[in-house]
Amino acid sequence: MSTARTRLAGVTGHRLFWPLVVLVVLLAANTVYRPSFLSVELKNGHLYGSLVDIVRLSAPLILVALGMSLVIATGGIDLSVGSVAAVCGAIACLYISEQPDQNSLGAVLTAVAIAFGVALVLGAWNGILVAGIGIQPIIATLILMVAGRGLAQLVTSGQIITINSEPYKTIGVGHLLTLPFAIIIALAVTLVVAVLTRRTALGMIIEAVGGNAEASRLAGVRSRRITFLVYVVSAACAAVAGFMMTANVSSADGNAVGLWVELDAILAVVIGGTSLAGGRFYLSGTIVGALIIQTLTTSVYAMNIDPQTALLFKAVVVIAVCLIQAPAFRARFRRRHAPTAAPATPAEKQKEQVPA
Amino acid sequence: MTTTPLAARGPRAWWRVPQRQVPVLATLALLLVMYGIGVSQYRAFSNIQVVFNIFIDNGFLLVVAVGMTFVILTGGIDLSVGSVVAMTAMVSASLLGDGVHPAVVLLIALLIGPALGFAMGCVIHFFDIQPFIVTLAGMFFARGMCTWISSTSIPITDGFWTSAAQERIRIGENFVTVSVLVALVVVAVAAYTLAYTRLGRNVYAIGGNQQSALLMGLPVGRTKIAVYTISGLCSAIGGILLSFYTLSGAPLIAIGMELDTIAAVVIGGTLLTGGSGYVFGTVLGVLVLGVIQTLITFDGSLSSWWTKIVIGGLLFAFILLQRLVGIRKK
Repeated sequence: MSTARTRLAGVTGHRLFWPLVVLVVLLAANTVYRPSFLSVELKNGHLYGSLVDIVRLSAPLILVALGMSLVIATGGIDLSVGSVAAVCGAIACLYISEQPDQNSLGAVLTAVAIAFGVALVLGAWNGILVAGIGIQPIIATLILMVAGRGLAQLVTSGQIITINSEPYKTIGVGHLLTLPFAIIIALAVTLVVAVLTRRTALGMIIEAVGGNAEASRLAGVRSRRITFLVYVVSAACAAVAGFMMTANVSSADGNAVGLWVELDAILAVVIGGTSLAGGRFYLSGTIVGALIIQTLTTSVYAMNIDPQTALLFKAVVVIAVCLIQAPAFRARFRRRHAPTAAPATPAEKQKEQVPA
Repeated sequence: MTTTPLAARGPRAWWRVPQRQVPVLATLALLLVMYGIGVSQYRAFSNIQVVFNIFIDNGFLLVVAVGMTFVILTGGIDLSVGSVVAMTAMVSASLLGDGVHPAVVLLIALLIGPALGFAMGCVIHFFDIQPFIVTLAGMFFARGMCTWISSTSIPITDGFWTSAAQERIRIGENFVTVSVLVALVVVAVAAYTLAYTRLGRNVYAIGGNQQSALLMGLPVGRTKIAVYTISGLCSAIGGILLSFYTLSGAPLIAIGMELDTIAAVVIGGTLLTGGSGYVFGTVLGVLVLGVIQTLITFDGSLSSWWTKIVIGGLLFAFILLQRLVGIRKK
């Protein structure tokens, strides 16, 4: 009896438990609303279905959220990812639109390479401000968030650049080995990040910097270099997401590309159980978080609700997930409803709250 | 602005400015330089009405930024302000459209913002969730409510609203609007509250060091809830002023306003880590944003996106300045 209870507490106490419950509930609600929701079929060698669509559409968010996880793990935050995505998408589309043959693979690769290079520069700018000059991350990246939108509009001259390039379109809507190409890119980046951070000491070093940058420096970690690096990686991820977003619609709109994606990415990370205070990160949680957000968005669209009203549902889910995960809330709930229950798994040691 | 309530006042040369006032003075200098450039470049710029127009066009932003100053002084952040402004305007427009008496509408509109702010403050304090996430949810909620009320713009034809919008208060040759007066009153009340009341002292104390404030026995929780309520109230007033300005409620209005207000507060010299800053600085910050926009409008050849790039550059300059001042202090 007691072992069963402990085992149950072990399952419900797992950090992925509640996010997964939310995801399953969302999927179940969709299936009730539309019974064909869960069906996946193979057409012309490509997989089709709502589930595949959700994963494909969440690919850009997964990418941005992966970079954001690493940044948040160091105790930082990157508000500029949406703007970086917009700038990079705009540059790539601008370059392609100026080529005589928009379908040339070489031109597309050059465009992507140029835009990616710009992303690295933008990430380095954030990194220098945070790691070099020591500016609070939320402010340092706010600069690029505001100015980046202006830059994206500057690149496109305030117009929407439309392109007609099959190779570039592939990034967003193409298929490879029956799977949408976007999913494969997201999967590959996830694998690379996961292997680098979980199969080497890099992940632990990043967490050490987030736990206490000064202490990790004294322990021999080049904490500034690590901090610098995560902002560059975050910008690089944002750039790839920007390519996907613009490739999806074959056009670049400096105003609209990646709008609010930084907030969605931060939400995905937080829903995944990573604390904004830094020191820990959970890549699997982040991906579940991103899937929850995309499922929510897709299902709200499927129910013919205005996209803006979808925010209402998002707000409810955000608060619910955050409350469920907040130790203070759980303690209160436990005290009130199960005063005699044995103390469950010891609450995670809480870090001193850092005002965001 | 000459008092330094918390810093020790030792003997010092008269030209030495207290360090916590350096950013505000830098903003003031910048504002004067920018205005000087405007006057030297464009003849019409020296017209006093240009200055009044900056106030008229940014009255609502000023009120919202004042509320944000309170939150940022405690070391928090409120991302919901833009959405609350929009929601207030939407609620007012929709209720007025239903024929509700303007006084009742005003009351309801002024209650919704603070209620949401109070709720967010409670979640932040009692459940120890970061302000960033809670106010983000508040932002989603309020923006969702806007479209839920109506997905299209609602015009306002109410007599009280139109007269408040069109009333011109003459000052010599020039005029201001009701919004400007309301904004100035809000600024005065806020400046008094921060400088001379117990609540104001608590706000600075929490921003300086929350743990110390707690150990000193200051009502940290109550104060934190209060600042988010104040920010909500300011956003609600800002929303009403905006509905005076546009005479309509639109679901997508004031998007990105939270960034403008945060930028104004930072340019005004308030530290985002909390504990240091003045309402007067925020007023200057809003004026700087207003003058940038006016300069770009006067130029005519520059496109609107330059505003964002210039604001980004200014943010960078001021944060760097704060950082340098901070380093010297150590």
